[in-house]
Amino acid sequence: MSAASATARASDAAAARPSVLEANGLSFSYGERQALRDVSFTIGRGEIFGFLGPNGGGKTTLFKILSTLVESDRGEVRMLGHDLRAQANAIRPGLGVVFQHPSLDGKLTVAENLSHHGHLYGMSGRRLRERSAAILERMGISARAGDLVETLSGGLQRRTELAKALLHEPQLLLLDEPSTGLDPGARREFNDYLALLRERDGVTIVLTTHYMEEAERCDRIGVMHRGELVAIGTPAELKDSIGGEVVVIHARSAEALKPKIDQRFGLSSTVVGGTIRIERPRGHELVAAMVDAFGDEIDSVSVGKPTLEDVFVHLTGHQFFFAESQPPSESNS
Amino acid sequence: MTGASLQIATLWWREITRFRRQRSRIVGAFLQPLVFWLLLGGGLSASFRPPGAPAGTNYVEYFYPGVIVLVLLFTAIFATISTVEDRKQGFLQGVLVAPIARSTIVMGQALGGTTLALLQGIIFLVLAPLAGIHLTIGAIAASILIMALVAFALTSIGLIIAWRIDSTQGFHAIMNLILIPIWLLSGAFFPATGAPAWLEWTMRFNPLTYGMAALRQSLYLGEAATASTSLLLSLAITVAFSVAMFAIAASVASRAAAA
Repeated sequence: MSAASATARASDAAAARPSVLEANGLSFSYGERQALRDVSFTIGRGEIFGFLGPNGGGKTTLFKILSTLVESDRGEVRMLGHDLRAQANAIRPGLGVVFQHPSLDGKLTVAENLSHHGHLYGMSGRRLRERSAAILERMGISARAGDLVETLSGGLQRRTELAKALLHEPQLLLLDEPSTGLDPGARREFNDYLALLRERDGVTIVLTTHYMEEAERCDRIGVMHRGELVAIGTPAELKDSIGGEVVVIHARSAEALKPKIDQRFGLSSTVVGGTIRIERPRGHELVAAMVDAFGDEIDSVSVGKPTLEDVFVHLTGHQFFFAESQPPSESNS
Repeated sequence: MTGASLQIATLWWREITRFRRQRSRIVGAFLQPLVFWLLLGGGLSASFRPPGAPAGTNYVEYFYPGVIVLVLLFTAIFATISTVEDRKQGFLQGVLVAPIARSTIVMGQALGGTTLALLQGIIFLVLAPLAGIHLTIGAIAASILIMALVAFALTSIGLIIAWRIDSTQGFHAIMNLILIPIWLLSGAFFPATGAPAWLEWTMRFNPLTYGMAALRQSLYLGEAATASTSLLLSLAITVAFSVAMFAIAASVASRAAAA
C-alpha cells in the first residue's frame, strides 16, 4: 500500500462508513470575489460535522450550495446518493435545513408554520397532524403550538425552526450558524439535542459555526479560511497537529522582542495580532528563562494546551477574530 | 389534494392568513385610493370635458373604474413586496429548499395576491352608487371576472420585479417608475381621445388600457356601450396579458439566484 493512500485513509475517519455527502473541487465566486476555492470533503452517515471559520470564510456560501439554494461554479457534490447539480429535486425531500435567519412566518402560529411546511413536502391529513404533534412534544413546545411565532422568545423560535426542519424526517440536517443569538445555556441545550438526534435517529448533521465550543462537540471539523478548507479532522487530531504547548507572550512591542527571543532561545516564533506565539513541546519550561531575560519588555505570558483557536492561528497565520473583520462577508452582500 | 395543488393551496392560504392578521395593510390599500378618488374626482369634475363624452359625464364617475384598478394595483404591490425580504432572509428560504418547482411557488404567490386584491376591489364595487353607477347582476359578475384577471396580471408584474431585485428600496423606485405610469396611461386617469398623438399611441400599446376598458364596459353592462374597443377584444387582450405576465414571472423566478 502506498504511503499516500494510507494517509488518506487515516485522515478520513468517514471513509469506512457509507458517505452521505461527497464534495469535490467546489468553487464559487461573487463577481470578482472568490468565496470558495477548490473545496473537497466527505461526510459519513451519522456524523456530526462542523465547518469552523470566521465570518466571510466561505461557510455560508458552502451552506447555500449544499442546501440547494445556489449552484457552484465548478465542482461536484454527491448527496444522499444523487448528483446535486442534476438531481436537486431528488435530494430535497431528504434534506432538513435550518437557516441562520429565521424562516418561520411570525404572523402564523407554531402549528400553522409546521403544517405549512408539511404541505410543501407533500404531507397532509392524519400523518401530518401526528408527526407535527410528535415533533412539538419532543422539542418541548407543545404548549405553545397555538401561539404566533413572533410572540416566542429567541430560544423557542430556534427550537420551532428545528422542529420544522425535522418534520419531514430528513436523513441529512444542514444548519447555518445554528446557535447565533442564543445564550450559552440555550446553545448547550441545542447542541445536546443535536447529539441526541444523531444517537436516536441516525441523522447526519452538518453545521457551520464560529463558536469554538460548538466545534469541539462535532465528530469532525473542517476549518475554513478565505474560501479554502485548510484542514479537516477530529478536534483532537487537529489540536495534536500542534506540537505540545502554546506559549503566548504579550509585549509592548512584539515585533522588536521576537528576534531577540528567537536568537536567545533558538526558536522560530511568530507574531500574530500583536502577540508572540511559540508552539513547542514542554513550552512551559521556557517561561521562567524568558521572563528572566526580557522581563522589562514582557507584559504577560500564558501557556496552554492547544485549542481550536490555536489550530486556526497555526494553519492560517491569522487570529480567528481578527480574520472575522475581513471585508465583506457573503452573508450580507 | 396532492403534489403541486397542495403546495399552491398552502402558499395561497399563507398570504390570506397573513393579510387577515395585518389590519393596517387593509386600511392602507383601501383608504388611499378612496381619498384619491373623492379629492381628485371632486376637484377635477368642473374642468373635465373629454371630447365625445356624453354630456353630463362627470369626473367622479369617469375616475371610478380607474380607482378600482388602483386598489388592485396597490394590493398587488403590497402582496409582492414581502417577496424581496422573504427570499433573502425570511420565510421563502424554507420554501426554496423544499421539493417544489419555482413556477409552483409563483403560482401560489400570484393567486394569493390576486385574491387579496380582488377582495378589496369587491369592497370598492359596493361604492358604485356614489359614482352614479347602478350595477346589474351581470355587470357585477363581469366586473369581478375582469378585476380578477387584471389583479392576476398586476400581481405577476409585481412578482417579476420582486424576484429580480435585491432590496425593497429598489422595489419602490421601480414601482414609481413603471407601475404607476402603467396605471396612469391606461385610461384610468384621462381618456386617450383628445390626448396628444404620442400619448395616445403609448396608451394604445399599454396592455392595461384594455383591462381598464373592459372594466369600464362591464360596469355598464346592460346599458349603452361607452368605450371604443369592444368588450370581447379587451377581454381577450387582458387574458393574454395575464398569462404572459405569469409566464414571465415564473421564468424569472426559475432563473433567479436564491440568495
